[in-house]
Amino acid sequence: MSTSTNPETPTAGDNVENAIELQEVAGLSQGQIVRRRFFRHKGALAGLTVLIGTILLAVTSVGVGPVSGWWMWTGYETGNPMTNAGGAPTMTLSPPALGDHPFGQDELGRDIFARVMHGTQTSLMVMFVIGIVATVIGVLIGSVAGYYRGKRDTALMRFTDLVITVPTIVIGAVIGKLSGGISGIVFAVSLGLILWTTLSRLVRGEFLALREREFVDAARVAGASSRRIIFKHILPNAIGTIIVSATLLMSSAILLETALSYLGFGITAPEISLGQMIQTYQQAFSTRPWLFWWPGLFIVVIALSVNFIGDGLRDAFDPRQKRIPSERKMAKAMEADASAQRALTTTLPPSSGKLAGL
Amino acid sequence: MLSFLIRRLLAGLATLVVALFLMFVLVNAAIDPLSDLRESTAPNKQQLMAERVEMLNLDTNVVIRFFQWFGNVLTGDFGIAWRSMQPVRDLLTHAIGSTLQLVTAATILSLVLGVSVGIVSALRQYSGFDYAIIFLSFLLYSLPSFWVAVLLKQWAAIGFNDFLQDPVIAWSVILGISLVAGLVWSLAVGGRAARRWQVFGISAAATFAMFAYLQLSGWWERPQIGPILLLILGAGSALAISAIFAGLHNRRALYTALTTVAVGLVLYLPMQVVFDSIDVTNLIILVFAVVAVGVGFLIGRLYGGPDWGISARSGAAVAFIMGGLIYIDQVMQVWPPYFRALSGRPIPTFGDRTPNLGGNYWVGVLDAFTHLLLPTVTLVLIAFAAYTRYSRSSMLEVMSQDYIRTARAKGLPERTVVVRHGFRNTLIPLATIVPIDIITLIGGAVITEAVFARPGMGQLFVRSLGDSEIEPVMGYLLITASLAIIANIVADVIYASIDPRIRLDA
Repeated sequence: MSTSTNPETPTAGDNVENAIELQEVAGLSQGQIVRRRFFRHKGALAGLTVLIGTILLAVTSVGVGPVSGWWMWTGYETGNPMTNAGGAPTMTLSPPALGDHPFGQDELGRDIFARVMHGTQTSLMVMFVIGIVATVIGVLIGSVAGYYRGKRDTALMRFTDLVITVPTIVIGAVIGKLSGGISGIVFAVSLGLILWTTLSRLVRGEFLALREREFVDAARVAGASSRRIIFKHILPNAIGTIIVSATLLMSSAILLETALSYLGFGITAPEISLGQMIQTYQQAFSTRPWLFWWPGLFIVVIALSVNFIGDGLRDAFDPRQKRIPSERKMAKAMEADASAQRALTTTLPPSSGKLAGL
Repeated sequence: MLSFLIRRLLAGLATLVVALFLMFVLVNAAIDPLSDLRESTAPNKQQLMAERVEMLNLDTNVVIRFFQWFGNVLTGDFGIAWRSMQPVRDLLTHAIGSTLQLVTAATILSLVLGVSVGIVSALRQYSGFDYAIIFLSFLLYSLPSFWVAVLLKQWAAIGFNDFLQDPVIAWSVILGISLVAGLVWSLAVGGRAARRWQVFGISAAATFAMFAYLQLSGWWERPQIGPILLLILGAGSALAISAIFAGLHNRRALYTALTTVAVGLVLYLPMQVVFDSIDVTNLIILVFAVVAVGVGFLIGRLYGGPDWGISARSGAAVAFIMGGLIYIDQVMQVWPPYFRALSGRPIPTFGDRTPNLGGNYWVGVLDAFTHLLLPTVTLVLIAFAAYTRYSRSSMLEVMSQDYIRTARAKGLPERTVVVRHGFRNTLIPLATIVPIDIITLIGGAVITEAVFARPGMGQLFVRSLGDSEIEPVMGYLLITASLAIIANIVADVIYASIDPRIRLDA
């Protein structure tokens, strides 16, 4: 922090510490730095790959709306003959083969793979809609409250307290019952309308700190309007916080949606959601366990990959994050190569010699 | 401080009333008390509907009904749930009792486990253990709780009951468990290769010995702690507590802890007689617990020395553990008859007690324990992940502060740096999260309770909403919303009292 305000005269200690890092990011824009850091985060990269793969699989296999996909079933046909006894999955690992119903069939003969894909589509859609709606509202309320302060801040924060007071799952259940049977999108938008509270508090905090900075004063002196300052000057500086918490919000949103659908307050038949599938099929656990495994597995995969992406974004946006090898690795490297130690001591600036003399 | 409290309480009350009003309107719009009549084929359908509208006062405007309801609540009348005709106040009392049982155990377990694992993980940052814990906490955090709960119910409960029918673990499985335990401990303790192997060997051997003992002594059929295990467990925890919180070089604290263990052992047999001869209730147990903690504290005080406080606290903690072990031993003694009474399938998957069980206090406690087992595991798995992440990041933040460098520079042993300077400051952010968490949980682990059919708060809410009964739903919301407001105030006050930089009067 101290170096950023006074880059001309860095202290001797910081000089060594920052030299390598500065070299690494020299000449790059903030976006490029963040992208670099993000793609270096293995967990986040794996999460991103898995999430994109899941989206592609879910969208192309059964298609969206009127467009049909490449998979042979739609998941709604009943009365198919059971391929395996009881409708067990036809997927085998040796030899690797999919068969007619890779994830199995339910008691009506419907194809579970197609149903899981439909459910994944619904759950992903709900997740993204909640994420977008909640982020937009949270950013608007948080930025207005944090930028203008005073009465508007008090009023908006009281309103946020009001929404926080009642547990999310309770409001979700009431909204689900209210909009029950309408459609997934209405359900998702209504959930987005109550999930913005954490985000608005974070954004408000960021704005309260950023509005005191010099560049905001400069913009104001130059005659920029409040709206321009909020959206063009402050918001881009708060984007890290917003993106990270929006990602984490989405991972909790998918769990909330599936939980509500499981309780029967969310998406109801004939629409398919992963939580609703688990609720429908939990009685069949002892006879047809595959009906229960696949939807749950997809929830876990989606939530896990979104969480990893969020973690990677947090690390990428956080300027304090440094990649430091562990003490043990350093010690090993030192032992293995004594010249490394010499190299390290010689790169120290001469001023540190004074300290050694003390 | 006082003016802060008054201000916050008034603002909270205003928020509460507005929130309740909004929820009343929302719930009223969401439910349809007439739905079952609409679909009925009774010939006097119109008359029945009219009667119900009359009974529930549905003709009146919702705003007026809210103020009627609110006025009644102010006089202490929560109304009745019209389907079952039970007073809402009774329903709520039962539900809170059941939920508190579940939440207390789950919160304490997940806090202790989560915080300790998170801190160890932070101290071993970028090690294999750290990466494993990060992955594990991400995985647990992403698990849908209803899925885990159903899985435990359908799989773990049945599997464990089958196991108890014929409690023999194959030796290869025991060996595997021991090797895994050894690996986890060696990664957690860390250090140089020789030390890792040493830790691996010791912990694997200890785990193996423990399972072998349990198997060969027929422990699964007749579980008990008994004097020998009491000695081992007590001495182990005494050593651990004094090593972590006082350091083994602090002889007074060590001797306090060991003396407390000795006192506990001596009292083991007399306590059996005491428990047999009196009619035990929860209150008596509480008194015993307080006395035990007091005795431990006194032992530490009597050892004296310049820093007797630390000895007294170690003594109190060890005394609490010893008392707990004796209590658990007493509960375990009723296991064989309980096992027979439930015809050999003791782990239940629903409810919070076995109906018409009979038996004394200890049977009741054991019955509550077995019913708590699976829901608690579900809650702990998920809360554990959150607390691990909080405490890990908080500890990392604290350990990079200047005061930690100062503490190291002035030559303090690493234990003191970590426990006194690091650990305590790590708890500050947790202290603001935990009260809110606990109180949110009192509002019901809605899903866990629904899956295991525990008649708690969450279950009350879900069922009443499904049954279109507005009074219990609003009673539930009144309690959870007030608790949420109180929790936020409590968190602020705790924060201000442990962090001197925060002042509430400003």
